[in-house]
Amino acid sequence: MSGIPGWAAVLAGLFLLLGATLTLIGSVGLLRLRSFYDRVHPPTMGTTLGTGSVLIASMILFSALEERLVLREILIGIAMTVTTPVTFMLLMQAARHRERAEEGKQACSSD
Amino acid sequence: MTATFLYWAIFIAQTFFALGMVCAMVRLLRGPRAQDRVLALDTLYVNAMLLTLAFGMREGSALYFEIALAIALLGFVATAALAKFLLRGEVIE
Repeated sequence: MSGIPGWAAVLAGLFLLLGATLTLIGSVGLLRLRSFYDRVHPPTMGTTLGTGSVLIASMILFSALEERLVLREILIGIAMTVTTPVTFMLLMQAARHRERAEEGKQACSSD
Repeated sequence: MTATFLYWAIFIAQTFFALGMVCAMVRLLRGPRAQDRVLALDTLYVNAMLLTLAFGMREGSALYFEIALAIALLGFVATAALAKFLLRGEVIE
């Protein structure tokens, strides 16, 4: 880790700190917000901008370390951008479905 | 000097990811509904993946990248399967 140029180390460190801070904010939001529909939003901060920043930091660091262009982190980026909306939409559908089923059950029992 | 900055940046980032994992773990244990727990599991694995990447940056080794890729893909399968279970599993009476 000592053989890398200064600008790469500073840039990678700053991107890493940015990504870590955003991911932590998202995780704290998941803990603190009140309803499920509020809590769906904050983790996406970690999955989009947080992951993106950490991947950029990793790309810069490994490019400087191996003295060639290293872009393999884009694979993780593609995987996260494609999969996160799918899972969260499925999860929202499941939540709405369960709530509607419960409301239906309550309406039946109150009749 | 800059190497020291990078060392501490990676250390702080790892601490933040660990704290995020603790937050997700508390939500996983407390979460009033099943969908909250699935969401917390999703956040937990994203934090774990980023922590693995930070470890890779600290060691300067490419092996950690492949672990992170595996965690990202398997986490998607796990969350999608659990969401599908919530959608279908409890409807049967």
